[in-house]
Amino acid sequence: MSRYPRILPVGDSAFTVEFGATIEERLVAQVQDFEAVLDAHPIPGVRETVPSYCALLVVYDPQLSSAAMMQLALEQALTRMTGGVHLVGRLIEIPVRYGTGDGPDLQDVADFHQLSPEEVIALHTAPTYRVAMLGFAPGFAYLVGLDPRLATPRLATPRTYVAPGSVGIAGNQTGVYALSTPGGWRIIGRTSLVLFEPTRPEPFLLHAGDSVRFVQA
Amino acid sequence: MATSDMMEILDPGFLSTVQDAGRYGWLRYGVPPSGPLDAAAFQAANTLVGNAPDAAGLEITWTGPALRITRDALIAVCGADFELRVGRRPVPVWHSIVLRAGEVLRFGARQSGARAYIAIDGGIALPQYLGSQATYLPGGFGGLEGRALHTGDHLPLHPSQLDPFAEAGKCCPPSQRPPYSSKPILRVILGPQVEAFTQEGIVAFLSSSYGLSATSNRMGARLQGPSIAHTGTGSSISDGVIAGCIQVPPDGQPIIMLADHQSTGGYPKIAVVLQADLPLVAQLLPGDQVRFQIVERTP
Repeated sequence: MSRYPRILPVGDSAFTVEFGATIEERLVAQVQDFEAVLDAHPIPGVRETVPSYCALLVVYDPQLSSAAMMQLALEQALTRMTGGVHLVGRLIEIPVRYGTGDGPDLQDVADFHQLSPEEVIALHTAPTYRVAMLGFAPGFAYLVGLDPRLATPRLATPRTYVAPGSVGIAGNQTGVYALSTPGGWRIIGRTSLVLFEPTRPEPFLLHAGDSVRFVQA
Repeated sequence: MATSDMMEILDPGFLSTVQDAGRYGWLRYGVPPSGPLDAAAFQAANTLVGNAPDAAGLEITWTGPALRITRDALIAVCGADFELRVGRRPVPVWHSIVLRAGEVLRFGARQSGARAYIAIDGGIALPQYLGSQATYLPGGFGGLEGRALHTGDHLPLHPSQLDPFAEAGKCCPPSQRPPYSSKPILRVILGPQVEAFTQEGIVAFLSSSYGLSATSNRMGARLQGPSIAHTGTGSSISDGVIAGCIQVPPDGQPIIMLADHQSTGGYPKIAVVLQADLPLVAQLLPGDQVRFQIVERTP
């Protein structure tokens, strides 16, 4: 019998609901399906939820719900899951300028895989990715769906500055930087879309669950 | 033309920031709550000056500022134990006191603790950023230009809603303050990733003292002590983090995540500190020693 999904306490003000322990699109979909259940059937006392690759963190106000009541409500919510793998988000196209100053690591990624830069771009623009989670820094989007032929280790020494909008590869993940931060991902390109603008009604362009396609600008 | 009343920073102290109760609802986008590390002292200060619990004030670290206000104000300083003066007059911490227009509030020697909170009746009136005035230093936003305060900064204040002279002299008694200590015992609930540690690692965590490292900041309290051994590599698949989570990187040295924490983390979390004990962490100084004690989940 599977040990998942399972509900574990995170101190006295949160639970994590785990669906597995691997990075797979199937688990990302389950996490987002479960979050959709909580959005459709809100549990009193829940302050916020944080989706990640294979778990949903549910933060609650212990003044409004006891741990036992929250765990029971989460168990009931799990029974409402449809089991269907469906896309809950929007499809967003991200234009990317690949290579040279915008993508200083494009050539290295190509060399690592004995591909041409054009072949790297073709492989990177082919899939439809899914936003698994935002984290590390405000608005940083972790995407699943990278072609395994592009999986590349992180830089040995992280850069102290990565420009906002940079598109990178780290292991079997690809991601987009929303803010200028230090970072160790291999930067292959950059978008001119503004991923984070606090004065917009929707400050963050990408949400967990969205589908993303990169197009060469 | 009506001009807003101002607080003027004459000396910022070591690290002073504007904080309100925190920026909630954005963790899923990678934005942590920020807000006061010691929420108990912050709330006490707001209560003493008649403010709502989420009114914005100052968090000060290690050494206090000198400041003045352009109107008569009711203020309170709670948290670490500082010598305080208004003009030449000594005034107590954990009390509501009057700061007359133009008088200087000055912090002197610190007897104990690391952080104090200054509440002003009405509260600070800076623009909100994602719904909050809390300063988030790593992201460079919130508070005043997303930074610590400098000499010469002017902070706009909301108008006073009360008579400072009539309301002064209230006290938050010691029995209602957190039980601060330089050797606190922090209550924890094990998990969620306790399986990532060896039995010896868990025993070391629960039976040893850990000292606060000087590299600690508002993102995390870094601790040093007997290594906490992992069963595997010491990295895990990133998942959501809250303040109080104790992450253990591959070096085996625990880090208690604090208000400016990253929203997700890829180090296993051996345990989580109870929210009520985070004020004790906020007041630790480098070298102070903590121990951990398991509590069962409250029903």
